[in-house]
Amino acid sequence: MTSYLSDVAVLARKDLLLELRSRDTVPAMLLFVVSALVVFHFALPSETAESDLAASGLLWVAILFTALLGLTRAFVAEREQGLIDALVLAPCDRSAIWLAKTVSVVCFLLVAEAFALPAFALFFSPVDGVTVAAVLLSNLGIAAVGSLLSAIAAASRTRELLLPLLFLPLAIPIVVGGVGASVAEEPGRFLGFLGLYDGIFAIISWASFEYVVTE
Amino acid sequence: MISARDLSKRFGEKEVLRDVDVEVARGGFLLVTGRNGSGKSTLLRLFAGLLAPSDGELAVEVERHAVGYVGHEPLVYRELTSVENLELYGRLYRVPERRERIGMLLERYGLWDARHERVSTYSRGMQQRLALCRALLHDPELLLLDEPFAGLDREGATLLDGELGELVATRTFVVASHQPERLERFATAGLALA
Repeated sequence: MTSYLSDVAVLARKDLLLELRSRDTVPAMLLFVVSALVVFHFALPSETAESDLAASGLLWVAILFTALLGLTRAFVAEREQGLIDALVLAPCDRSAIWLAKTVSVVCFLLVAEAFALPAFALFFSPVDGVTVAAVLLSNLGIAAVGSLLSAIAAASRTRELLLPLLFLPLAIPIVVGGVGASVAEEPGRFLGFLGLYDGIFAIISWASFEYVVTE
Repeated sequence: MISARDLSKRFGEKEVLRDVDVEVARGGFLLVTGRNGSGKSTLLRLFAGLLAPSDGELAVEVERHAVGYVGHEPLVYRELTSVENLELYGRLYRVPERRERIGMLLERYGLWDARHERVSTYSRGMQQRLALCRALLHDPELLLLDEPFAGLDREGATLLDGELGELVATRTFVVASHQPERLERFATAGLALA
């Protein structure tokens, strides 16, 4: 177990270091999420109760598409430089590659959300603790499912098309849970639903990653 | 160590390898030759476990951690330095006395002075030297080398010649090359793919 976690830490550190060096993904995610919220701000009629409710949904749309942007690039280095071969050959458990990628995607999402949530509060309405909790829970699900699907898409020639087609349908429960938690009187069951989604999809992704990266 | 019977590999409709029979004994050196597209790289990828055979039988009696593989790509992260790349692989392979081993390899392959520079700034030859360092880092029992001399200058090629000469007695090799004349003196068996 210690060696497994050590492999995850080594691989996640590598992903974070690569992003720190190249700055390819996180700045794009930041610009996208803030731009999307600005566009939504001008697209919605202001000062109505309906617009506040709609804005809650738009926050989740913005987060989901920002995540998609990051996920599209999650396996870029491995794909373009054939590095997935080297990682698959290494004697570590292959699910460690998925878990490390999931950790790095969560980190990227946290940075994007550190800007997105204040921007949302500025343009729309204050963000309460429940929404923050829902966002944090959804990050786990997005990263877990997204990292697996990103690896699947990376092996395809039509990867840019394939990833959204695979990811968005599977992300619908995240939107349901996230919006529900943001607007419901009793958000507990929606947070529980997000937690359940995270757990189920993390286990499925963890167990199936080996089959995705080997022929 | 490696035994293949009627080994075939297809990608969709295209048959890349057909009914290959080959045996490589422990300590042997198999030299694989053939024209472009004859399936040399595919054969090495099959031996490495990166591909599954379409037909036939393949047995490679060596653990994954004891395989060193050099492919067409150097399989190193271009935004990391050579030390960072080798540290990454050294940790994943649990190489004992990792730092000393990395330092020794970088020095031997003439990359010591450039060890803190990003690989993206390296020439093709330097990247190939680093690929060899990566493949040798964990002191593998089986070395699968696909065009190992590609991109190497005369000094690099001489270095690799020396390395092969040192290792050939104690390791098992499968080498695909367009320059068989460089390797014939090491080879214990040959396989010409059509």
